[in-house]
Amino acid sequence: MSQAKTSPVTAVRAAPAGRRLHPLPVRIMHWINAAVMLIMITSGWGIYDDDPIIRGFVFGSFWRLGDWAAWSLNWHFAGMWFLAINGLIYLIYGIVSGRFRERLLPIRPAEVVQTVVETLHFKIAHEDLTVYNAVQKLLYIIVILAGISQVVTGVAIWKPIQFSGLVSLLGGFQSARVLHFIGMAVIVGFVAVHVALALLVPKTLWAMLQGGPRVKPSTRVQRGVKS
Amino acid sequence: MRSPFRPDNVPDAAVLDNHRPLIRSLERRGLIRGGLSLGALVMLTGCDVKRPASVQAALRAISRMNDEVQALLFDPNHLAPTYPSSMILRPPKFNAYYDVMDVKPVNGETWRLELSGLIADKRPWTVRDLQAMPQSSMVIKHICVEGWSYIGGWTGVPLRIFLERVGADLRAQYVAFKTADDYPSSIDMATALHPQTLLAIKYGGETLADPFGYPVRLRMATKLGYKNPKWITALEVTNTYPGGFWEKKGFPWFAGI
Repeated sequence: MSQAKTSPVTAVRAAPAGRRLHPLPVRIMHWINAAVMLIMITSGWGIYDDDPIIRGFVFGSFWRLGDWAAWSLNWHFAGMWFLAINGLIYLIYGIVSGRFRERLLPIRPAEVVQTVVETLHFKIAHEDLTVYNAVQKLLYIIVILAGISQVVTGVAIWKPIQFSGLVSLLGGFQSARVLHFIGMAVIVGFVAVHVALALLVPKTLWAMLQGGPRVKPSTRVQRGVKS
Repeated sequence: MRSPFRPDNVPDAAVLDNHRPLIRSLERRGLIRGGLSLGALVMLTGCDVKRPASVQAALRAISRMNDEVQALLFDPNHLAPTYPSSMILRPPKFNAYYDVMDVKPVNGETWRLELSGLIADKRPWTVRDLQAMPQSSMVIKHICVEGWSYIGGWTGVPLRIFLERVGADLRAQYVAFKTADDYPSSIDMATALHPQTLLAIKYGGETLADPFGYPVRLRMATKLGYKNPKWITALEVTNTYPGGFWEKKGFPWFAGI
């Protein structure tokens, strides 16, 4: 206690000593987000099917949440609050706790290429859950940005007149709508890879439920040395 | 004058006499017991896999909360973007809960706009009366809840000027509409008073064509397409939530954009 007062730097270093890889708040937010994303994506498909963007392509009733457009809309407009509020808390938490910096940075292009090559040779290194490889980092950053983008384009197509400035920034209402669709496609693509890998390496799934291994205080330093 | 918003068929008071013994036999305890089992029955039959009654109730509650949020987000002074007349789509896009072939044209000569509710001067209006009022034009984007949109050019009487002229209570909550195609609709007063809310009588500088609401329809730049009733026959200013055609089926009421 007195030590923490005298040296704030030590306090920051010492804090994660006994912390799990996925602290409880992260796990709660992750599973809320998983459920809400499922609701937003499938109800969004219901709204999409009323006026398809891609000619001739509809998702079909099996994949839709809501038995017709009105209820898909209601699901979407209910889910949006959970998505936005949970997402906002997650972003604040990730920045304030240092989790984003710790887990997702830095990304080096050479590492990305190396990991892709290794993966193509079926060398999926997941023995150490506490270190994300470059491709993982990149995918997580992309999906976080896609989530933010979905909220922004979503607000734009929900209130295109009240936020007409935002809509013109996005290139008009129809363009904002297409961007919202593309954001969905990016997230669905991520989910497919993410779920497939979690099932291939089940201990990652277990870690997101139970917390995973304890992160050593020196992790940050080690990671810098690791090739 | 009888309000056009009152039900057409009111049961005769004699039905009370006919059922007097039954009414007398109703006991409060029986009602409660019956209510409980009715509740249980509703829960059983409400097991529609796609939309259970409880889920539907929760979604409706959130939708009503969203109506409040939307009212807060609505800026009465913010104008929707307008476009050059050259961008007007001619003819506009037709959309209704029935096919364009089933449109029943309204006779403009015999047509009257009935007024009711919190309005001082309830005299019915003719097409000529509306034409004699100050007119306003706007070229705005029509956005449908389905996702499609087009640019349309509308001319008509600003609803605010109309409501002021007839001495409507502008502090009332709702303006409700009845139409010739049985498409009741209603909006909030703040939107009714917005400068881009018109009782439109012209499209692209010409008298409204039959499929698009002749002789008068509502056009708002700040709400989704389905909030704009066509072939309006009656207008009411009220503090009682009037609902609407699609709202009754589940769509959000405020539907502001």
